[in-house]
Amino acid sequence: MQHYIMNLTLKVWRQRNASDAGHFETYPVEGISSEMSFLEMIDVLNEKLLKEGKEPIAFDHDCREGICGMCSMYINGRPHGPWHNNTTCQLHMRAYQDGDTIVIEPWRANSFPVIKDLMVDRGAFDRIIQAGGFISVNTGSAVDANAIPVEKEKADYAFAAAACIGCGACVAACKNSSAMLFVAAKVSHLALLPQGHPEKKKRALSMVAQMDKEGFGACTNTGACEAVCPKGISIENIARLNREYMMAGLAENE
Amino acid sequence: MIDSKIPTGQLEHKWTDYKGHCKLVNPANKRKLEVIVVGTGLAGASAAASLGELGYQVKAFCFQDSPRRAHSIAAQGGINAAKNYQNDGDSVFRLFYDTIKGGDYRAREANVHRLAEVSANIIDQCVAQGVPFAREYGGLLNNRSFGGTQVKRTFYAAGQTGQQLLIGAYQALERQVALGKVEMYTRHEMLDVVVIDGKAQGIISRNLITGQLERHFGHAVLLCTGGYGNVFYLSTNAMGSNVTAAWKAHKKGAHFGNPCFTQIHPTCIPVSGDHQSKLTLMSESLRNDGRIWVPALQNDKRAPNDIPEEERDYFLERRYPAFGNLVPRDVASRAAKERCDAGYGVGTTGQAVYLDFKHNLIHKYGKAEANKLAIANPDTDTLIKLGKEVVKEEYGNLFDMYEKITGENPYEVPMRIYPAVHYTMGGLWVDYELMTSVKGLYALGEANFSDHGANRLGASALMQGLADGYFVIPYTIGNYLADEIATKPIPTTHPAFTEAEQKVSERINRLLSIKGKQTVESFHKRLGKIMWDKCGMARGEKGLKEAIVEIGQLKAEFWSDVLIPGGSDEMNLELDKAGRVADFIELGELMCQDALDRKESCGGHFREESQTEEGEAKRNDEHYSYVAVWEYMEESKWQLHKEALHFEVAKPTQRSYK
Amino acid sequence: MKWSALFNSSVGRKWTMGLTGIFLILFLIVHVGLNACIWAMDGGVMFNKAAHFMGANVVPRLLELGLFAGFLLHIIQGWSLELTNRAARKKGYAVSMGNKGSKWYSRSMGILGTLLFLFLVMHLAHFWVPSRITGLKPVLIDGKEFHNLYGEMLSVFQGNLIVVVLYTIGCISLAWHLMHGFQSAFRTLGVSNPRYLRIIESAGVVFSIVISMVFALMPISMYAGWIK
Repeated sequence: MQHYIMNLTLKVWRQRNASDAGHFETYPVEGISSEMSFLEMIDVLNEKLLKEGKEPIAFDHDCREGICGMCSMYINGRPHGPWHNNTTCQLHMRAYQDGDTIVIEPWRANSFPVIKDLMVDRGAFDRIIQAGGFISVNTGSAVDANAIPVEKEKADYAFAAAACIGCGACVAACKNSSAMLFVAAKVSHLALLPQGHPEKKKRALSMVAQMDKEGFGACTNTGACEAVCPKGISIENIARLNREYMMAGLAENE
Repeated sequence: MIDSKIPTGQLEHKWTDYKGHCKLVNPANKRKLEVIVVGTGLAGASAAASLGELGYQVKAFCFQDSPRRAHSIAAQGGINAAKNYQNDGDSVFRLFYDTIKGGDYRAREANVHRLAEVSANIIDQCVAQGVPFAREYGGLLNNRSFGGTQVKRTFYAAGQTGQQLLIGAYQALERQVALGKVEMYTRHEMLDVVVIDGKAQGIISRNLITGQLERHFGHAVLLCTGGYGNVFYLSTNAMGSNVTAAWKAHKKGAHFGNPCFTQIHPTCIPVSGDHQSKLTLMSESLRNDGRIWVPALQNDKRAPNDIPEEERDYFLERRYPAFGNLVPRDVASRAAKERCDAGYGVGTTGQAVYLDFKHNLIHKYGKAEANKLAIANPDTDTLIKLGKEVVKEEYGNLFDMYEKITGENPYEVPMRIYPAVHYTMGGLWVDYELMTSVKGLYALGEANFSDHGANRLGASALMQGLADGYFVIPYTIGNYLADEIATKPIPTTHPAFTEAEQKVSERINRLLSIKGKQTVESFHKRLGKIMWDKCGMARGEKGLKEAIVEIGQLKAEFWSDVLIPGGSDEMNLELDKAGRVADFIELGELMCQDALDRKESCGGHFREESQTEEGEAKRNDEHYSYVAVWEYMEESKWQLHKEALHFEVAKPTQRSYK
Repeated sequence: MKWSALFNSSVGRKWTMGLTGIFLILFLIVHVGLNACIWAMDGGVMFNKAAHFMGANVVPRLLELGLFAGFLLHIIQGWSLELTNRAARKKGYAVSMGNKGSKWYSRSMGILGTLLFLFLVMHLAHFWVPSRITGLKPVLIDGKEFHNLYGEMLSVFQGNLIVVVLYTIGCISLAWHLMHGFQSAFRTLGVSNPRYLRIIESAGVVFSIVISMVFALMPISMYAGWIK
C-alpha cells in the first residue's frame, strides 16, 4: 500500500453550547499521512488549535475501534464518512487526496440536540431501551444455558440485529430523522430469540411509543439508514418491527 | 494489617459457606440503602442492575454519553465458563487451576475458585438476557479455545462477545432505570470519594457538560472503573479509559495491589507512526486458526507470500510444542519481542510478526467444508474459497477491522501484529468481599487487583467483570450493609462533603491557572514513552530507577507548563483530560516503584535480571509469593504491605507450556 | 392500547399508508383493465358498456365510495406524515446526503404524491364529474342508451396536446411513486423475509412501469389517432 502526505481544508461546525446558534469555521490542515485515522487527523488539528490559543473541536469518541458507538460526525454529506460498514473512528485518511475539502457537521435531528460543536445528545436512545429493550430476567433466576435450543439461523439473525452500536447514524442519514432501524434492531434481536418471546408484544408497543414521544420521524423505507449503518443492520428488521408492532397492537384486549 | 477475609474451610466450600452465613438485609431495609456505582462496563452495569433488582437505591455514573459505551464493549474473543458442554474434560477445578497457573501463581486461590464456580451461572444469566452466543446447528451453544488452556470452554458471539455481554448488562441496567431503582448519571466523572469516620459515604462528581461539581451520598460506593492501561498512552483501551476514580480512592486510603502487573497482548495491529492515538487488538481467538511466524532469515524484506514454507520460523510452535500458538499472552508477547529484537521482525518498522491464516483456511476449514460438500480432490483455490466462508463467520468483523486500518486484506496477506498494552491485572486491593481497605468502598472488575495474578488468561476478563457484578457483590455488599441499616442518609451539606468538593475545585482551578505552553496530549505521550520503554514488556532495575526520576521531572513540568484553555463552569475536554493525565503520572511512578520492588519475573512482569537460560520468566516464590499492597502516605511516598499468598491446592510449579 | 393510539403511532400511520396504498394499487389494476377496452377497435362499444356497468351497478358504486375514502386517507395521511417527518429535523445539513444511500424517488414520495393529487383533480374534472354529475351525451348501442364516455375521452384528448402532456406527466409521476410505494407498502405491512421481498421488489418495478405506460398510451393513442 502506497502511503502519502496531504494537505486538506476542513469546514467544521462550531457551536459553543446547546443555546448557541453555531457556524462553520474553515481550517487548513497540513502534513496529514494517509495512514492516519480520521480522528487522528482531527487530533492533529486540535493540537494546532490549542497551540494557537484557540479552543479545540469537541467531538465524541472513545474506543476508536468501531464498536462503542460514540463517534459520530456527518462528513461530506454522509454519516461516518465515505466508507461502507464503517464508523468515523475507523475511517482512514487514505480515503482522501491532497487538496480535498472536507465538511464536517454534527448529527442533525431535533431528538439529538447539539451539546457542543460536533457532539450531540443521544439520550433518547437510552430512553427507548428503558421503555422495553430488554428481557426481564433477574440475576440468578436463569435456567441452564442449553436448556432451550435456539435454531441457528434465528440465533444468527438475532446476532446480526444485536450488532447495533447505537451510534445514531441511521437517524442522521434518514430524511425523516427516523429511529426505526435502531428500534427495529433491538425488537428483532429480542423477538427472534425464545427468551424474548414472553415480552415481545409489550416491547414493540412501548419502544415505538417512546420513539414517537422522543420526536423521531416515521420510516418511509428509503433505505438510507441501512446504507450508512456501520454494522450493516438490514432494513428487513424494520419490516419485522412493523409486523411485530401491528400484530401486538391489533391483538390487544382493551 | 492486611486482612483478606478469606473464609476458612476447604477451598471448594468456601464460597458456599460464605453465602450460607453472610448477613442479609431484609427487603424493607434495602429500600432505605443507597449505593453508588461508578462505571457502567460489565462489572458496573451488572452490579447496578443486580443491586437494583435486589431493591437497593442505586445511583450509577459514567463519563460517556451512555452506559453502553463502556470499553467492555470492545472485548472480542469470548468468555470462559466451566460448563464442559464439549465433554472435553473441563470442570470448575480445571478452570480454577488454569487461571491460577496462567496467572503465574500470584492470585488468591479462594477468589479464583469462586470465579470458576460462578462462571457457569454467568452463561445461564446472559443467555436468559438474550445474549446471542454462537450456536451449533443443533441449536446448542458453541465453544472455542483460548490461550493457556487445553479445553474448549470459551463462549463467544463472533468477534463481538464483549459487545453482546455489555449490551445484555446495559439492558438489565436500563430496565432498573425504568423501574426507578437506578438513577443514571451519564457524562459525569467521579472526582473524589467522600470518607466519613473511615467509611466511604459518597462521591464528588463533575457534570462534564456544565462543569458543575455535584455531591452524592451513598451507604456504599462501588468503583467499577476498569483498568489503567492508558498510562502507557498507546494501548488497546478506549481513549477515555482512565485511572482517576481508582486513584482518588487510593489517595483516600484504598490500597493499590500489584500496580505493575500489566498485560501486554501479543496480537495487536502495529504502530504506524507518531500520529497513532490508540492500538487495536486482534482477538486472541485468532490464534486458534492463525499461525505466528517470522522469516527464518534476518532482515528478510520479501513479501510474506513469497517466502517459502521452509524459510519461515513458526517460533511459538518451535519453542512451545505442547501449546503452540495458544501459549498464554505473556509468553507469546515476549517471544515476539525476542524475535523482533533479534532482527527478524517484519513490516516497515521491523516491529511486527506475521499471523497467517492460509494454512488453516486450506487444511482445516477448507478440507472440512469440501468433505461436507463431498467435493473429491478439491484444488487449493476451492479450498481457500470454502475456508474463507467459515473464517468469515468466525472472525469476519476482525478481518474487516484489520483491513480498514491497514488497507491490506488478511484473507490474502498474513496479518502483521505486535504486542501492545491491553489489560492491567493490578488495581485497587480488595478483600474476599471485594471491599477495598476503606470500609464501604468496593472495587469490581478490572479496577480491582484480584483474580488474574500476574497474567490474565484470554476470555477471563469478561468472566471476572460479570462474576463480580452479578454473583459476588450482591452477596458481599449485604454483609456490610446489614450493619448500616440504622445509618440515615448523610446530608451532602456535611463538612466532609464540603471539604472534598473544595479540594476538587481547588485542583481544577490550579490546573486552569497554569496556562502553560505544552498540551495535555504531549505530556501523556511522553509519560507513555517512559512507561513503555522502561516499565513495559521487559523491566530492569536501571531503567526503572531512571523512569522514576523522569516521571518526577515530567510531573513538575506538567504542573508548571500545561496548557488548558477554557474555564471550569462549562464543557472543557482538555481539563477533563488534564486531570486524568495528572493522575496517570502519579500512578506511573507507583508502577515503577512496584516493578522495582518485585525482583522476580512472573507472568506479564518480566524482570531482565530474573530469567531462565532459555529466556523464560523465572519466578521467585520464596521471596515474592505475595500481593504487593501499596498504601498512599503522601506525594510520591508509599508504604508497602505484603499479603502473603498461600497455595494449598494448586501447588506452584515452574510454569511450562512446552 | 386504544385504537386511536395504535393508528396515531408512527408505525400505525404508515400502516394506514401501506394498506390504502395496496388498495389503490388494486384499483389501478381494475382501472387499467377497463380502460384497455378502448383498444378493442370497436368504436368504444366495449368500453362504454364496461363504463356503464361500473356506473350503474350498485356494487361498483359502493366500492367507489371506498375508493374515495382510500384516496382521502392516503392523501391526508401522506401529507400529514410528510409534515411530521420534515419537522423532525429543524436544522438541516449544509451538505445534502443526496443519493448516497437512497433513491431520489423514495425520498420524493410527498412531491410525487402531490403531483398525482393535482393530476387526480384534473382527471376527475375531465371524466368523473361529467359522467356522474353534469351528465354525458348518450350513445345508442344495440338499441340501448349508454353514456358516451368513449366519446368524451376522444374529445378531451384529440387535438389537445397540453392535456395529453399533462396526462403523460401524471403517468410518469405514478410510475416513480409506485416504484417506491409498491415494495414499501409490503415492507410497512410487515413482509421481512428477504426471499419474498426480492420477488415483491421485482414485481413492483414491472408493475410500476407497465401500468403507467399503459395508462399513458391511452391519451397518446387517441391524440395520435391510433384509435378513433
